[in-house]
Amino acid sequence: MLKNKTFAEAINDALFTSMKKDKKVICYGLGIDDPKRIFGTTKGLKEKFGPKRVFDMPTSENAMTGVAIGLGLNGYKSVMVHQRLDFFLLAMDQLVNGAAKWHYMFGGQKNVPITIRLIIGRGWGQGPTHSQSLHSWFAHIPGLKVVMPTSPKDAKGLLLSSIFDKNPVLFIEHRWLHNLEGNVPDKDYRVPIGKAKNIISGKDITIVSMSYMTIEAMRAIKILNKLKIKCDLIDLRTISPIDYDTIYKSVKKTGKLIVLDIGNSNVSVASEIVANISQNLFSYLHCAPEVMGLPNVPVPTSFNLTKDFYPDSKSIVTSVLKKLKIKQNIDNLFTKQKFHDVPGDWFNEPY
Amino acid sequence: MNKKIKIDLLKKMQLIRLVEETIAFKYSENKMRCPTHLYIGQEAIAAGVSCGLKKNDFVVSTHRSHGHYLAKGGNLKKMIAELYGKSTGCSKGYGGSMHLIDLSVNFMGSTAIVGNSMPIGVGLGLSSKLDNTKDISCIYFGDGCIEEGIFHEVINFSAQKKLPILFVCENNLYSVYSPLKNRQPKKRSISNMVNSMGIESYEESGNDVEKVYNLSNQAIKKIRSTGKPIFLEFSTYRLREHCGPNYDNHIGYRGIKEFNLWKKKDPLFLFEEKLIKNKEITHKFKDEIILEINKKIMKAFKFAESSPFPKQIDAYKNTYAK
Repeated sequence: MLKNKTFAEAINDALFTSMKKDKKVICYGLGIDDPKRIFGTTKGLKEKFGPKRVFDMPTSENAMTGVAIGLGLNGYKSVMVHQRLDFFLLAMDQLVNGAAKWHYMFGGQKNVPITIRLIIGRGWGQGPTHSQSLHSWFAHIPGLKVVMPTSPKDAKGLLLSSIFDKNPVLFIEHRWLHNLEGNVPDKDYRVPIGKAKNIISGKDITIVSMSYMTIEAMRAIKILNKLKIKCDLIDLRTISPIDYDTIYKSVKKTGKLIVLDIGNSNVSVASEIVANISQNLFSYLHCAPEVMGLPNVPVPTSFNLTKDFYPDSKSIVTSVLKKLKIKQNIDNLFTKQKFHDVPGDWFNEPY
Repeated sequence: MNKKIKIDLLKKMQLIRLVEETIAFKYSENKMRCPTHLYIGQEAIAAGVSCGLKKNDFVVSTHRSHGHYLAKGGNLKKMIAELYGKSTGCSKGYGGSMHLIDLSVNFMGSTAIVGNSMPIGVGLGLSSKLDNTKDISCIYFGDGCIEEGIFHEVINFSAQKKLPILFVCENNLYSVYSPLKNRQPKKRSISNMVNSMGIESYEESGNDVEKVYNLSNQAIKKIRSTGKPIFLEFSTYRLREHCGPNYDNHIGYRGIKEFNLWKKKDPLFLFEEKLIKNKEITHKFKDEIILEINKKIMKAFKFAESSPFPKQIDAYKNTYAK
């Protein structure tokens, strides 16, 4: 059966499904059982599965990552959550020196199944240390897997795949996706890690995207359709390992590429993909591929400083038209939201 | 303490000492091509603690882990082969001296970043509690670890959750070449601090193996019955250089006077002397133990040297579990 669910509800569904299926799945994180329940994603878990398997934790990001390794060595599958990715930076030793290398450095004798949910913030002046998208850091480390779903359906299927994967997986959620609605099957299903999805088909240009930027890309493509421009949109879903087969297939068809990133464009996942395509599909390219990420400065705070800071549907349309050498005034094609620093004018929740 | 335990303690200490001395002797052949931190001078702690542990109890350790591994019953041949980087090594050549593992005795792994293995031992302790077993988790670490943030995280969580963990702090006064007095407040005792953080703590000489055994065995029994953690701080001294086979008293970070003082407190010699003086063992018996262990060691080195290297292509395996 299909149900309409938000992205946050889909995460909650995956947690219930995994904990029902396997008694060795446990969940912890700061605030996991507080009144707000991590933006609703952990609602009802403690009541259903008890305080032994669902517990609040001390503000000790590094140690609690190591605890997940230790639990993993004795058969447990931990799902840890942090309300902001930025907080998790305190845990780099346990993540990089420990979890990522355990299977390798002991000759493949033990694996550590850990899922770490990280939430990227945006807007309402969260600024330099509450809105960082550092997924490329994690993708740089061999031994880690990194997934960043966009749709509620993929969120559930990928979270289940992450929890039952034998390796440490960073499961990265964008706060602006939590309220996104979509159809989510009730049953236990898996979306494979390492497979991108060609979600819109077109022959003119390839747009590769991830997480919340895929929503902006879809808005841009709607406008471009009005101009009879057809884009191929690939939602990466996993950024480590990257599904190059799907990207190659598309670029061979279109010969043009724009890669969107939700992080800084310097040394980003997008620049990595552009480098790979330039090295491997150079002869297929009709024009220089492009990286579209955040400016290479910290994220500012003030309402005025954040204006036009993030690339959006309008900047995507502008770039596509430039690549296709089409001159067109597009200003009248966009309706401006009242406030740029919220996911929609309907939004009145805490961040 | 009955005689059997005394002989066990002596054998464990002697095994560690002779293995380490053989490594030191052969290190200059340049066949053991990995950073190696010898445990000589600290043997009483691993031997004393391990005699109270059961096979199912978990152990995690640090870069200086040969003693902890051997005392827990870790396979000697596989350890030496690991130092030689061979495919028959305990980590198949992927880890070296600083990454030992022997799952057959629940020696779960040693890691090489200060404080790194502590929370992993805590996770193992939590798994015992969740599984309702009586297995405890023993975590070895040094005095340098106290200065890491993770130390406080680990002590706090273990106290809050009441986990079955034996914390064993080996205070050998140096973090590489930096003395304790440059790193920690002069009059603050580590064990007193941990006690006030909510974990029952004790301080003892780490060079008297009987004292180490008595205290840790008592602690282990208590942890098993109460499920709560206990913290032990043992004072000791590493006799060789921080990393490598030699002595490093000449480079100027510690005085020869200090070294000689600790040399007189060599835990193995002290214990042997006491057993002989009390007529619990004879010189002949002592020599027989040495002979027997040396035979085992020679076999282990032969095994390591004659074992094949892992294939070059193996470097590209094992990044992910399948």
